[in-house]
Amino acid sequence: MSEFSMSLYNARRRKNLFAKAACVAATGIGLAFLALILGVLLWKGLSGLNLAVFTEMTPPPGAKGGLLNAIMGSVIMTVLGVIVGTPLGLMAGTYMAEYGRYTKLTLVVRFINDILLSAPSIVIGLFVYEVLVSTVGHFSAWAGAVSLAVLVVPVVVRTTEDMLLLVPGGLREAAVALGMPRSLIIRKISYRAAKAGLITGVLLAVARVSGETAPLLFTALNNQFWSTNLNAPMSSLPAVIFQFALSPYKDWQQLAWTGALIITVTVLMLSIIARVLSAPRAQK
Amino acid sequence: MNVQVNMTSGVDAQMAQKISIKDLKFFYGDSLALKSISLPLYDKKVTAFIGPSGCGKSTLLRVLNRMYDLYPRQHAEGEVLLDGENILAADQDLNLLRARVGMVFQKPTPFPMSIYDNIAFGIGLYEKLAKSELDGRVEQALRGAALWNEVKDKLDASGLSLSGGQQQRLCIARTVAIQPEVILFDEPCSALDPISTAKIEELIDELKSNYTIAIVTHNMQQAARVSEYTAFMYLGELVEFAETSHIFTSPSQQKTQDYITGRFG
Ligand SMILES: Nc1ncnc2c1ncn2[C@@H]1O[C@H](COP(=O)(O)OP(=O)(O)O)[C@@H](O)[C@H]1O
Ligand SMILES: [Mg+2]
Repeated sequence: MSEFSMSLYNARRRKNLFAKAACVAATGIGLAFLALILGVLLWKGLSGLNLAVFTEMTPPPGAKGGLLNAIMGSVIMTVLGVIVGTPLGLMAGTYMAEYGRYTKLTLVVRFINDILLSAPSIVIGLFVYEVLVSTVGHFSAWAGAVSLAVLVVPVVVRTTEDMLLLVPGGLREAAVALGMPRSLIIRKISYRAAKAGLITGVLLAVARVSGETAPLLFTALNNQFWSTNLNAPMSSLPAVIFQFALSPYKDWQQLAWTGALIITVTVLMLSIIARVLSAPRAQK
Repeated sequence: MNVQVNMTSGVDAQMAQKISIKDLKFFYGDSLALKSISLPLYDKKVTAFIGPSGCGKSTLLRVLNRMYDLYPRQHAEGEVLLDGENILAADQDLNLLRARVGMVFQKPTPFPMSIYDNIAFGIGLYEKLAKSELDGRVEQALRGAALWNEVKDKLDASGLSLSGGQQQRLCIARTVAIQPEVILFDEPCSALDPISTAKIEELIDELKSNYTIAIVTHNMQQAARVSEYTAFMYLGELVEFAETSHIFTSPSQQKTQDYITGRFG
């Protein structure tokens, strides 16, 4: 190697080393913060974790209690939100990837969906408040579920479209070559080939909404008691955490930590399941 | 364009034309990929399409089942008559057309379902059959594609679990199962090993007693072995169409001669 190219090579090597070090450092900092957050959460949350958390209602200040009504409320509203939001998102995503792949409408919808995807959830809470709370005159679990649904839709639209676009064109052409109608190709071929990815999208949407606080404060508010009435205010974990963490009472603060731990572990597990499902499986 | 000189030399003009391509032009956006092609596909004969990469062989095949309709900014002009009816007509029912004109692709594309379902699925589109009857049709299709003996004990296994050659025969079985009239093969063996290739060639030889076949191939020997007629294309034009024996022994065009003797391509 000539001297000249050697010096070039060394310069490139130094740059490469530097870039690599910067990347490792950035990753390290990010991971350190994550570890710190999880550590504190485990430390503070675990100490309050006991059976009562899952069997008793949220207590008044100074008393012992649990989070049962909040957990139930979160589950009910999340499930409702997902049930309402998922079909909408699936159908819109399917339109964009299959029927309308080359249309202008798809471009517009994709653009708007991306805005919705990154819209602050408090804005969505306010919107649902105006539409479903102030018109009706009271807070309700329905309104909470709807605001979560509005958050679910863009996530599902995005993953559905992306996953369907990943289905190999050859597979679709092979189905078309047999004279299959479009709707059948979508249901029997595209959905089947993209199944893991579609489920992942829904799980990610659940993970996304299960920690949302702002939209629920504007819609379902909170409820100190057990309630399954969808027309009445309903408790939820994020709302309870918000209320209890800011309170001066030790018991409440402890429950807030424990609630935060429960949400985090749930979201973590959902993410792991989503990961496992969407991991490329080795071809047999 | 003055290229289809040898249209009728050695070709029986009286023979039934399953498909007649007349003055076909094809556009990708504004670019012209097929320049006024005219040729017949004779009934229950094998016609091979040869020519260097990019000359328009796949494009031509994809006109015959209107596959191009899936994509924006692609269109065809001219006429393609299937049993006398122009399939390029706007009111052509595409699913019906594709049931009559089947296609086998270069890359095997089994559906993500069991071997049995890969076949039964297509049949179910056109016929409501009792389970026992369906079983019979699936077996018949798999036998027809020389695959039955290899898969009869694992019909529930995923189609994706088969080898490449088996997958390709599964795709042929799937196509044959819905009983089309014409089958288009676009380089069906180019992703396969020699043994699988030989099996597919044998298969095509058997199929031609019942189907009109068009096959694109890069393999000159393959064209010579399996086809009765050969079309040589170059840069979107049909240079020569004639009986295969004629093309490979005494082509009328210098270009054809150069290509089959390996001087370019
Ligand atoms: N989707 C497409 N868009 C634009 N041009 C294309 C497309 N597919 C093929 N072509 C062009 O059309 C010509 C013929 O291609 P093709 O029919 O695939 O050739 P062959 O199958 O003979 O190799 C080539 O010049 C190719 O670049
Ligand atoms: Mg090709």
